[in-house]
Amino acid sequence: MEWKGRDVISVRDFSKEDIEFVLKVAERLEEELKEKGSLDYAKGKILATLFFEPSTRTRLSFESAMHRLGGSVIGFSSASSTSVKKGESLADTIKTVEQYSDVIVIRHSMEGAARLAAEVAEIPVINAGDGSNQHPTQTLLDLYTIKRAFGRIDGLTIGLLGDLKYGRTVHSLAEALAFYDVELYLISPGLLRMPKHIVEELREKGVRIHETTDLEGTIPELDVLYVTRIQRERFPDEQEYLKVKGSYQVNCAVLKNAKESLRIMHPLPRVDEIHPEVDRTEHALYFRQVFSGVPVRMALLGLTLGVLEGV
Amino acid sequence: MAELKVTAIREGTVIDHIPAGKGLKVIEILRLNRPNGGVLLLASNVHSGKLGRKDIVKIEGKFLSEEEVNKIALIAPTATVNIVRDYRVAEKFKVEIPDEITGILRCANPNCVSNHEYTVSKFYVVSREPLKVRCHYCERTMEEEDILGNL
Repeated sequence: MEWKGRDVISVRDFSKEDIEFVLKVAERLEEELKEKGSLDYAKGKILATLFFEPSTRTRLSFESAMHRLGGSVIGFSSASSTSVKKGESLADTIKTVEQYSDVIVIRHSMEGAARLAAEVAEIPVINAGDGSNQHPTQTLLDLYTIKRAFGRIDGLTIGLLGDLKYGRTVHSLAEALAFYDVELYLISPGLLRMPKHIVEELREKGVRIHETTDLEGTIPELDVLYVTRIQRERFPDEQEYLKVKGSYQVNCAVLKNAKESLRIMHPLPRVDEIHPEVDRTEHALYFRQVFSGVPVRMALLGLTLGVLEGV
Repeated sequence: MAELKVTAIREGTVIDHIPAGKGLKVIEILRLNRPNGGVLLLASNVHSGKLGRKDIVKIEGKFLSEEEVNKIALIAPTATVNIVRDYRVAEKFKVEIPDEITGILRCANPNCVSNHEYTVSKFYVVSREPLKVRCHYCERTMEEEDILGNL
């Protein structure tokens, strides 16, 4: 697969080999970073971060990745400061920004915005989240985190907890996990179940799936518990949000029947779904997960820019 | 002699083997109910050896575009299209749901970028029976009811 110039829009566009390749390059870059502190593969290259919807964490992670690769960054962190406010179309914004940069990272509230941007742009476009659809770089860093923690993905039993209806991170992750031999527990309030079409698709791909509302009963089965925030901003109806707000909290009491080797992940930010007391336990993997974003995004930036052939 | 219940047309198109009850929908999505000068005939609930009951639509003076044939395929996948010239069937073919549906269907997801920016809509057929399509942009799957409402 030719990576130079390739867009990173959806997990659906990837094969298992693509995923494994990115994880391998990320691992190599992480080791190289440890040795040298910073690298210069992307020297002279410019990343444009177009965050039409705010996300400090993902934006900083991409910026850090580009700086650590030796490149530089331009961009904006909210649509209110751009010509979108004047009525400019997304396509025109992309056509303009590509004149200033070598790769674009886009976060947008509309589903499909990154796909449209990639069709318009001649330079590579990386999706940093499009509405409740996809967040493929988060998925890759999630897989990377699991692989670094367990040395493998195959054979694990993984629970996805929380907002499985609107949570794009769990949609993408579940689709990517379908490439592996895993057992999935989908744990959510009834109102926030994983969309039917995704569950059907996973079943068709042979994933063993259990849908449940029972967190405590499920915990002893799990190797990984992937927790998500119930995202108030994604609910079309505030009343619906109030019904499910605070449905689950992972704390030390809930974890008393967990395997010692259970690892807890979260795309962050969290509100109250993981109690801070869990941070001090061996179960907490979420800050390591944040760190994983940098080598994985370095790999994606370097590969799509075509500067990592030698790695 | 069911065919003789409606007049033969000299030039135009006969859409046959439409599932019973879907004839009006075919007329609606092809916008044939607008006054355009041609004769439009609908035979509904006609006996059919293949389907049990079927609808037939005859349109005088009109030949269908590929886009229109694809629209028919989405709501009446059993339909056959007969092109009539000088009272004779000059060409006959079965409609087929294409693998990709471009430009004729709107995405049912109100937050899909294709409903806000200039794009040509595109869908991939995930399953033909039951009909399910996936939006190229937002990746959401639409089922038959949504498809009919967004043609």
